[in-house]
Amino acid sequence: MARMKFLCDSERCIECNACVTACKNENEVPWGINRRRVVTLNDGAKGERSISMACMHCEDAPCMAVCPVDCFYKTEEGIVLHSKDLCIGCGYCFYACPFGAPQYPQVGNFGSRGKMDKCTFCAGGPEADNTKEEYIKYGANRLSEGKLPMCAEMCSTKALLAGDGDVIAQIYKERVTRRGYGSGAWGWSTAYKAGSAT
Amino acid sequence: MRIFTFKRTVWAALAFGLVMAFAAAAPVSAQQAAPADDALLMQQLKGPVQGRVSIPDAKSGVLIQPEGRDWRQVSQGPVKSVGGWLLALTVVALAAFLAIRGRIKIEHGPSGRTIERFNGVERFAHWLTAICFIILGLSGLNISFGRSLLLPVIGPEAFTSITAFGKLAHNFLSFPFVLGVFLMAILWIAHNIPNAVDVEWFRQGGGVLKKGVHPPAGKFNGGQKILFWSVVLGALALAVSGYILMFPFYVTDIAGMQVAQLVHAIAGILMVAVILAHIYIGTVGMEGAFDAMGSGQVDTNWAKEHHSLWARDAMHPRTGGDD
Repeated sequence: MARMKFLCDSERCIECNACVTACKNENEVPWGINRRRVVTLNDGAKGERSISMACMHCEDAPCMAVCPVDCFYKTEEGIVLHSKDLCIGCGYCFYACPFGAPQYPQVGNFGSRGKMDKCTFCAGGPEADNTKEEYIKYGANRLSEGKLPMCAEMCSTKALLAGDGDVIAQIYKERVTRRGYGSGAWGWSTAYKAGSAT
Repeated sequence: MRIFTFKRTVWAALAFGLVMAFAAAAPVSAQQAAPADDALLMQQLKGPVQGRVSIPDAKSGVLIQPEGRDWRQVSQGPVKSVGGWLLALTVVALAAFLAIRGRIKIEHGPSGRTIERFNGVERFAHWLTAICFIILGLSGLNISFGRSLLLPVIGPEAFTSITAFGKLAHNFLSFPFVLGVFLMAILWIAHNIPNAVDVEWFRQGGGVLKKGVHPPAGKFNGGQKILFWSVVLGALALAVSGYILMFPFYVTDIAGMQVAQLVHAIAGILMVAVILAHIYIGTVGMEGAFDAMGSGQVDTNWAKEHHSLWARDAMHPRTGGDD
């Protein structure tokens, strides 16, 4: 089965925030929660880059590792999901996540964060597929209908790619070959190689 | 605290998602620039990669915070393993001590006459702190070790109910706990200044190792002074780190909260270990000790044996003398 991944081509991202809006609309995400965001580095300066970021559905997910109640699970397609019935809103996943993916509906004073919310790769949650309960808690389940995440589908420049990791990697490789340079990585390829060297 | 172990596969997803393609594309162009990339990467990964966002939540401008990986490794690694073993060894050591030394009796037997050791206010402060600490300690241990020990036994739904309740209790009982420690600190700090008597007390092993050895002590002996300062300073560390966690982003950013969580976990485990020993010596470990905090009245023979200087002053107030 395909291993689902996101890939953001920072050479193409124009910081239009359509992915952010599409996500909020498709999943009817509550106020204050942004499952996806666009971060602009070196804003207004040389080398400005924008990157759309959400949960990356990690291979060895830190959130899963640190959760005190073990509420996370991984689907066959490598998507990291969690149960809001089990989540106690402790904030540990938020401390551990390198990408700032976990979000909480409240500020969190006195530990009252509420249940954690994050990108589901438009794959819903533990409830039965495409039920009202699932939609209220986790948003859309497009994957069960054979559709890809709304953010990437709405991306006008096709900077944000979502889908089978091998396929989107191949698309990106072709783009880089055509451009003649792999800029936008600023060393991230090294991060991967070093990260998996041993 | 930073641990640069890139071996971890935490970054696998980063690689697969945003990066894998770059790796695939490396032969085209990036290969020559690899050394520079490394330097840049190290520089970038030393702290959060900060950018700008157009949504109101300015904090989300942090694109990547590699500290999360360090926090995960420390909190799930040494804190959990070393801390867990420390607590287990404490229990084993206390059980072994009881088996070898036995219960420390009042050497001359109970006299039948008593003397007040702790008044109502002192006992209130102690038990307020004690009751809070037991619940705080158990709920804290549950957060750290429950997933490994309790969750497999009672199942996810029951475990979540207990842990959610424990979290609430943990947050709100912190206030009476801090009040209790504050009261005890005010009531007893004057009796807990280390002095020459304590040196002699420690030189004789506190008198607990051998029968018939009773080094002189004031209202609090050397061991109790260590307990007092452990509780006061431990509670201070726990309160500061705990309130940082309870009010996110008021005082620190996420890196500060990661440090606070580690301080909280380490201080909490040490406190539990110290209090286990305290509970032991105050109950099964020593005859007559519990009365001090129970009724507040201790047997005069117990007082003479374990707190000779205090007993002398308390029974003959006019003769005076040091504490």
